[in-house]
Amino acid sequence: MIIAISASGKSMEGLFEKRFGRAPFFIIYHTEDKSFTSKDNQQNLNAVQGAGIQSAQNILDEGVQALITGHCGPKAWQILSNAEIKVYCAEASTVKDALEQFLQGKLKALENADVESHWL
Amino acid sequence: MKIAVASGKGGTGKTTLAIALALSLEEEETFLLDCDVEEPNIHLFLPFKDCENKAISILCPLIATDACTGCGLCVEQCMYNAIVKIKQKAMVFTELCHGCGACALICPEKAITEIEHHIGNLSTSQGNFLNLVQGCLDIGNPLAIPVIKAVKKAAPSKTPWIILDCPPGTSCSMIHSISGADAIILVTEPTPFGYHDLKLAVNTLKSFSNAFFGVIINRCNSGDESIINYCNKENIPILLQIPESRKIAEAYAQGSSLLEVMPEYKVILKSLLYDLKQKAGQAI
Repeated sequence: MIIAISASGKSMEGLFEKRFGRAPFFIIYHTEDKSFTSKDNQQNLNAVQGAGIQSAQNILDEGVQALITGHCGPKAWQILSNAEIKVYCAEASTVKDALEQFLQGKLKALENADVESHWL
Repeated sequence: MKIAVASGKGGTGKTTLAIALALSLEEEETFLLDCDVEEPNIHLFLPFKDCENKAISILCPLIATDACTGCGLCVEQCMYNAIVKIKQKAMVFTELCHGCGACALICPEKAITEIEHHIGNLSTSQGNFLNLVQGCLDIGNPLAIPVIKAVKKAAPSKTPWIILDCPPGTSCSMIHSISGADAIILVTEPTPFGYHDLKLAVNTLKSFSNAFFGVIINRCNSGDESIINYCNKENIPILLQIPESRKIAEAYAQGSSLLEVMPEYKVILKSLLYDLKQKAGQAI
């Protein structure tokens, strides 16, 4: 299974990022071999609009099956649910914390967007 | 001659003044344009006789999913992040589309057709001398600029007088409304709010416009001297000062014009317009 975790930096020990659309990085974690890579998402930091949409596109391109983030808005949700990516909301300090909560089964999958659109 | 009536702060009297300026021209061909498309209100003061309505749309992509190969070029091209590729097909978020058309141009499969997406309405009313144009943006739609452009386009450029009632503030809507104006009037009031927002408006004009501009102080006896001192310091001409008057407020509340209760302003405003025309370098 491949999991994306929104992150402020490129490492597991780095801060977990609550924002999905404007997360600077995603940590892409492979459960099979416990390896990870980082995916740059910084082009969305200053996007005028559609940051959530393009962040969803970004992790879609990595072939992930699950996303751990702070919150998920309606447009990103539309894409992620369509692509059958499960979304888990976590409260954690580091990326590692968030991942451990998930691996221990402490996180529940979202059934809908949990925050409102910033645009409309 | 295009004259934009703008302000930083809202509620300073832009619409009141734009209408009075247009009416002061009497038997000269004039277009009065309401560019405040998020909350147009010239129609509350002047009836739109034989009003013609037109829909304003932008062209948004429609993806033929059979033809789409999922190459992702449209996703890359879209600077508004309005397209996403999912399960090897492009998917459009129309509410984010600005109608630039780049996606349709770049699509190698010609899988994108452009369809009209309604964003607002344009109302025009032709009079013997005074013609009215008003744009109204659809509720919830963020794209004021295409509607403002349609309003501005409705007035033939050779019209002797075009007066634009601009939206308040200093963002895109205001900048698009004032762009191309030969002269700009900033309406303000002598309060800390009026002063603060006037400075913002002046700095905006200095960055985005080369047009001649001056200030009209409305309700001039109601506040302090800050505006006068500022204008003197910055060498900004004060074109007119209109005193606070219950008569004007009552007329406004009843939807009638400044000129109805203060007919003496007709001459004042008309000469102000001619003065602006001269300062803007146009032959009288």
